[in-house]
Amino acid sequence: MTVTDITPVALEVHGVHKWYGAHRVLDGVDLTVRPGEVTVILGPSGSGKSTLLRVINHLEKPEIGYVSVNDELIGVRRQGDRLKELSERAILTQRSRIGFVFQNFNLFPHLTVLDNVAAAPVATGKLGKAQAQDLARELLGRVGLADRTGAYPRQLSGGQQQRVAIARALALRPGVILFDEPTSALDPELVGEVLAVIKDLATSGTTLVIVTHEIGFAREIADRVVFIDGGRIVEQGPPSEVLDRPRHERTRDFLSKVL
Amino acid sequence: MTEPPGAAVSVTDAPPRSDTPSKPLAAQRVLPLRRPGRWIATAVVLVLAAQFVHGLATNPFYQWDRFGYWFLRPTVLDGLLITLEVAAWSAVLGLLGGILLALARLSKSPVLRAVSWTYVWALRSIPLIVVLLFLYNFSALYKTLSVGVPFGPAFFSFDESRLATDMVIAVIGLSLNEAAYAAEVVRGGILSVDQGQHEAASALGLPKGYQFRKIVFPQALRSITPNYVNQLIGLIKSTSLVFYVSLLDLFGTVQSMGATYPGDIVPLLLVATVWYLILTSAVSVVQFYVERHYARGATRSLPPTPLQKLRASLTELRARIRRETAI
Repeated sequence: MTVTDITPVALEVHGVHKWYGAHRVLDGVDLTVRPGEVTVILGPSGSGKSTLLRVINHLEKPEIGYVSVNDELIGVRRQGDRLKELSERAILTQRSRIGFVFQNFNLFPHLTVLDNVAAAPVATGKLGKAQAQDLARELLGRVGLADRTGAYPRQLSGGQQQRVAIARALALRPGVILFDEPTSALDPELVGEVLAVIKDLATSGTTLVIVTHEIGFAREIADRVVFIDGGRIVEQGPPSEVLDRPRHERTRDFLSKVL
Repeated sequence: MTEPPGAAVSVTDAPPRSDTPSKPLAAQRVLPLRRPGRWIATAVVLVLAAQFVHGLATNPFYQWDRFGYWFLRPTVLDGLLITLEVAAWSAVLGLLGGILLALARLSKSPVLRAVSWTYVWALRSIPLIVVLLFLYNFSALYKTLSVGVPFGPAFFSFDESRLATDMVIAVIGLSLNEAAYAAEVVRGGILSVDQGQHEAASALGLPKGYQFRKIVFPQALRSITPNYVNQLIGLIKSTSLVFYVSLLDLFGTVQSMGATYPGDIVPLLLVATVWYLILTSAVSVVQFYVERHYARGATRSLPPTPLQKLRASLTELRARIRRETAI
């Protein structure tokens, strides 16, 4: 199926190739995500799904191909018929419009929960300190941590830390939020609280791209499931198709192992 | 898992050892193991320590009255002031230089990396005293120092002999040396910060300078502090070398007074020793609180201050006494 250009596009990955040394991690990935759409990326480990996510916010540079978010090229600009690398400062500005939630939370351990959330809007000059703290309190309330603003990250459980990390990503009011296996580092009984927060975001119309192993969760919230293997998109479509009636042998094989 | 016959002694079968009516085993405190070896070792060390202190106090060789005479003499205090001044300047300039060198060493530019590596290699190889004497004789080698295009016209020029007082020479020499060591301390600290922190900071789009100042460096300071203080204590003692570039620091003063009053050499050396002890103790106290400050968030609760520790152990002791008397 080809994508028509009439509907708006929130995120576009175009012909992305990525190597680590001689190893090819991404082998020509094309992906289009519409505003408000929830995309879940599935695939065996080493299939390139995390790399794809990191290419989207330019934590990794693609060797060939490009990514655009809300019609803006990420990490590069067009000069004639060539793409030129942007300055580091410009890339940082672009990243502040793309939320990223890590598997290991990566909260700043020396800052309180409130400062973790309020830091980025202040540092990027989007808000004053008082405003940023008000916003941080509001967001922490939204993820159910209004009473832990003064705590340090290491005083929280894993699930709480990941919820702070989500609030931190939301503080920049990003157009797209990327989740890199957000529940993989959590104890099983803590997974639910994080998924509930992500589900809340999904229903509120935020554009989300989620790499996860939670198939049940994918079926529940995904508008589209993308299955990646060997650095290529094997198949994609609504969960009812990809998860329940996979067309490809490799997808069937993968699902039979994880379900 | 089978035990040899007769090896197992059942607790309930053991006969009561005394005539007193026995309480059930579970209700009694376990008798602590006696450790005679530890008591003997403690006694021996106490005796040796007492002997040492006694000797220190009573041996006429130390001339404690002369020590009292010299300890707060204005000349000695002037020397102490010089020591403090040289150490403070070199500590600050050395740390700043060390941070720059560490950043250069960690940069992506091979030229910066090589320059930084070479600097550290050279300055760590040359003895400090050689650096100091070199600088001392520098004004003889280069009469004027000028700022301008290399090999081209000069914008400013300084008459070096006027610029370089003994104090400036000492501070420059110590700072150059200190920077080389501080560079490695700072680099180690920066490397100790988790890679995920760099990634999170750049994923949030935090400006580069902010990432270093507010995210990476404060976390690096946790491991930089103990190492740099170690370095700093070495520096305080190295200031005694500035005597060789004719600066009268604490050691220099003591040395020259000792030449004038040969009978007082030992008490004068004691004066210097005690002052150096006081300086390093002061630095250690500051270190404790700086470390405590940067431990914020790294541990679930902050390490207790000595006062808190004392209070906690008193409470513990009181509770123990109450327990023992209750049983």
